[in-house]
Amino acid sequence: MLNFRGHSWLIGGAQGTGIERGASIFTSALALWGYRVFGKREYYSNIMGEHSYYYVRFDERPVHSHIERYHILTAYDAETVFRHSLEGVEGAALLFNQAHKSTKLASIHTIEERLAEDIAKRLGKQVKDVLLSDILEEAESYGIKVYPLDYNEILSKVASKTKETMVSLARTNNVVAVSASLALMGYELDSLIEAISYVFENKKRVVDLNAAVAEATYEHVRSKGYDTSFAIKLRKLNRNGKLLLVNGNQTVALGKLVAGCRFQTYYPITPASDESFFLEDNEIIDLQVTQEDFPVIQESKILDSTGSIVVFQTEDEIAAITAATGAALTGVRASTSTSGPGLSLMVEGLGWAGMNEVPVVVVHYQRGGPSTGLPTRTEQGDLRFVIHAGHGEFPRVVLASGDIEEAFYDTIRAFNYAEKYQLPVILLLDKYIANSLVSIEKLDVKKVKIERGEVLSEEDLLKLKSLNEEYKRFKFTETGVSPRVFAGTKHAVYWATGDEHDEAGHITEDPVLRQKMMEKRMSKLNLIEKEVPIDERAKYFGPENPDLLLVSWGSTKGTILDLMETMSKEGHNLGFLQIRMVHPFPENFVSSIIGNKKWVIVENNYSAQLGGLIREKTGFVPTYQIVKYNGRQISLDELYIAVKRVIFGQAPKRQVLTNGA
Amino acid sequence: MELKFKLTDYRTSVHNNWCPGCGDFGILSSIQQALYELQMDPSNVLIFSGIGCSGKTPHYINTYGFHTLHGRALPYAIGAKLARPDLEVIAVVGDGDGLGIGAGHFVNAGRRNVDFTVVIYDNEVYGLTKGQAAPTLKLGVQTKSLPKPNISQAVNPILLAYASGYTFIARGYAYDTNHLKELIKQAIQHRGSAVVDVLQPCPTYNDIHTKDWYAGKGNVDPKTGKEIPRIYKLENEGYNCVITNDMSEEEISKKIAQMIIKAYEWGDRIPVGVFYRDLRFDTFEERLEKRIPNYKAYPPGKQAISNREGYPIADISKIVQSLSV
Ligand SMILES: Cc1ncc(C[n+]2csc(CCOP(=O)(O)OP(=O)(O)O)c2C)c(N)n1
Ligand SMILES: [Mg+2]
Repeated sequence: MLNFRGHSWLIGGAQGTGIERGASIFTSALALWGYRVFGKREYYSNIMGEHSYYYVRFDERPVHSHIERYHILTAYDAETVFRHSLEGVEGAALLFNQAHKSTKLASIHTIEERLAEDIAKRLGKQVKDVLLSDILEEAESYGIKVYPLDYNEILSKVASKTKETMVSLARTNNVVAVSASLALMGYELDSLIEAISYVFENKKRVVDLNAAVAEATYEHVRSKGYDTSFAIKLRKLNRNGKLLLVNGNQTVALGKLVAGCRFQTYYPITPASDESFFLEDNEIIDLQVTQEDFPVIQESKILDSTGSIVVFQTEDEIAAITAATGAALTGVRASTSTSGPGLSLMVEGLGWAGMNEVPVVVVHYQRGGPSTGLPTRTEQGDLRFVIHAGHGEFPRVVLASGDIEEAFYDTIRAFNYAEKYQLPVILLLDKYIANSLVSIEKLDVKKVKIERGEVLSEEDLLKLKSLNEEYKRFKFTETGVSPRVFAGTKHAVYWATGDEHDEAGHITEDPVLRQKMMEKRMSKLNLIEKEVPIDERAKYFGPENPDLLLVSWGSTKGTILDLMETMSKEGHNLGFLQIRMVHPFPENFVSSIIGNKKWVIVENNYSAQLGGLIREKTGFVPTYQIVKYNGRQISLDELYIAVKRVIFGQAPKRQVLTNGA
Repeated sequence: MELKFKLTDYRTSVHNNWCPGCGDFGILSSIQQALYELQMDPSNVLIFSGIGCSGKTPHYINTYGFHTLHGRALPYAIGAKLARPDLEVIAVVGDGDGLGIGAGHFVNAGRRNVDFTVVIYDNEVYGLTKGQAAPTLKLGVQTKSLPKPNISQAVNPILLAYASGYTFIARGYAYDTNHLKELIKQAIQHRGSAVVDVLQPCPTYNDIHTKDWYAGKGNVDPKTGKEIPRIYKLENEGYNCVITNDMSEEEISKKIAQMIIKAYEWGDRIPVGVFYRDLRFDTFEERLEKRIPNYKAYPPGKQAISNREGYPIADISKIVQSLSV
């Protein structure tokens, strides 16, 4: 078996047949017993029919990444068996529908020709001759235990007990698959039924039906004696409190609610739109505030019992960023979320916000590019793009969260930076963070305070007026930050323009003013360097003198941390430098950590973009590169192998990882 | 009666660099006059523009003024309006700006019926880039800066606005500021999305549809031998097209048919005035209010988000609970 903590469970089936639901039942069941989970979802840009699958790694202690080698594979269609069977570790369990035994590889049209040929080659056969039973035999020869299930018998029993037809019961295949795997591991039926009611939101009819399917599956598994034959057993763990099961789209949305974002725009795009959907679902916001707070609420005189967020679906991403910016001008915390091509369309709007010092937050979920690329697959290919996007030079902040939980706090910080420094902030995430699922204990809503920067109120403006002074939106100041006035505030007006402008916001082409304005705007980056604590910009994990230093950014964090733990047990002490604010770049800190260490850059992209950026900013060149760009996230098991090769001096300068189905 | 705001309160001292005789001057003064007559507090008004000669308008008006991107004035304006529905929001766009590069926004804004006003500076050319054909220039017309006659058809702003769902559609003329000012006032007061398409001679690049041409040059009455002005007012001919909830399908169809005929009229007789008013639909804000009952009373731009210690006041515990097992 593998030397990583925990176990890896894999479910697969055709898109639209309940893979996600199934995984949801599984993770809920595990969380109910106190297990910590990490789930990774893979799907095609398709509504129905293409292959979709879901990994769940689980353990008694928190896990932060996925493992591709499975301990349990539960497949309710033949394609999953063809695609994934041979990925199991020795002693793994493979549960499948025995009716598929004689299915021909060539009959599955959703398997790419390239893949069919690879499978056949591994079996030493021609594609036309490969049957599902061939691949099962091969799996058994790897030490994988094969468990045939009679789906037909299970569902016939359910049909006879309920009024459901066999045809309609086919939609519960996913529940058979999940239940069988849990029965195999000794999980209690009652707890499974509790998980089912949670997932189906206590809707009695659906819960009852799925519970009946679970029960029939348990009987079947027991009648075959499978439940006593498998080594991995689950047990009820002591838990102190419930576990929160969330994906990155959700933690970002929750972060926005807490941060006080009250205006969100979006144009539909995978994998960003689920965040906006979640916000719209929760558009009315409970408030935790007493009347005593009322007269001293910082930035507003008004208080009501509930707040709200307007979620506005625009006609395109250009309108998404410009409408969010328009809203931000009035003082509301405003944001938009997008992915891939969406950000390409937003670029001109980003420049206007930079030029006019408007705080707007853009959450960018990277996916495989360029162009439409791989709409549902992950990549870290946009780092260089987001730090440079736009013509001309303007200040911006780019934050890259390392995981689903960190994204919650970074979302709140993003609004603080945007308002304090009056600039666009891009929160750079990816599909792996958006769509993966993790169990966490809690989200601390008091960890990050709200900081709105300098804003003048009506009273301030009246005072200014009494001194016969005019309010100037772009007034030159020591720090480069000019106090804001929310558009629509009494006793003032101001102007803003994408043209170069004077302090009042009117167009100017005067070279002296232009130079001063450029310097004013750009100097805010120095202010950020001075004011933002270094651990919000970069973080070092590990011993002072590691055997090897890994440097990365974004969603590889969990995998690297899990790797460090595994490797330290083997006596290898790794260090990890996580860059969190990729712009402005924390160059001094990065230089001090890299020093004269041997270091490896780890990135989910082709050109090791951060590696290049570090070289540009510090002069340090990575000793090794580990990169991956096939649209699948670097997994713990493949990174383990790649890093070991580096440690043992067997690695080429550049390793390209290739795992993934 | 003593008025709170004077006409000069709507003016800025910014040097105006439009060409002498530009129709934009007439539009600018009509907007200022309208705001003055409606006695709008300048700090309650947000004017958004795109890029072009028209785009400079906000700098000359003493309200909150935002000179945004080419084609994008509408989404900026709508974002601001939805954040603060209590403010008066006006978008001024060039014809290239609003109906060319920004056409998608123009159409989609109509679908929503946000309570705001759009003024189109319809000079048939791209003024600021030196006279290329704008989307409102007719097929085959060759203005003086064009190397060849215009190879594309013109879009009809009135009909495009109607097809998109605008609920107030008018056309004005830049040199009849009294009439134009009244149209802009009505547009501002209309509940919902209002468009005023303004015929605006460009003395520098449009030598075809000039001030003189609109005034009747070459349009000689065979009986009197005198030139007849091309522009006439719809309201002077008993035209009215207001659609209300209590009208039958048949009545509505008749009104719309008549509107379409008027919208196509061009050449010797060019109508200005209110083409269409539709009182049947809720505004976008009213629709939002049905989902968020305190939306207007407590809009996004007015909400408190932190308490006196600076901690967030949003309470997400119910949502977190629903995601917990
Ligand atoms: C994205 C972009 N493309 C092109 C331009 C160049 N540009 C500036 S003004 C203009 C045309 C303006 O014409 P119109 O909207 O009719 O306004 P007018 O000057 O006639 O008032 C163009 C194309 C620009 N500013 N931005
Ligand atoms: Mg024009």
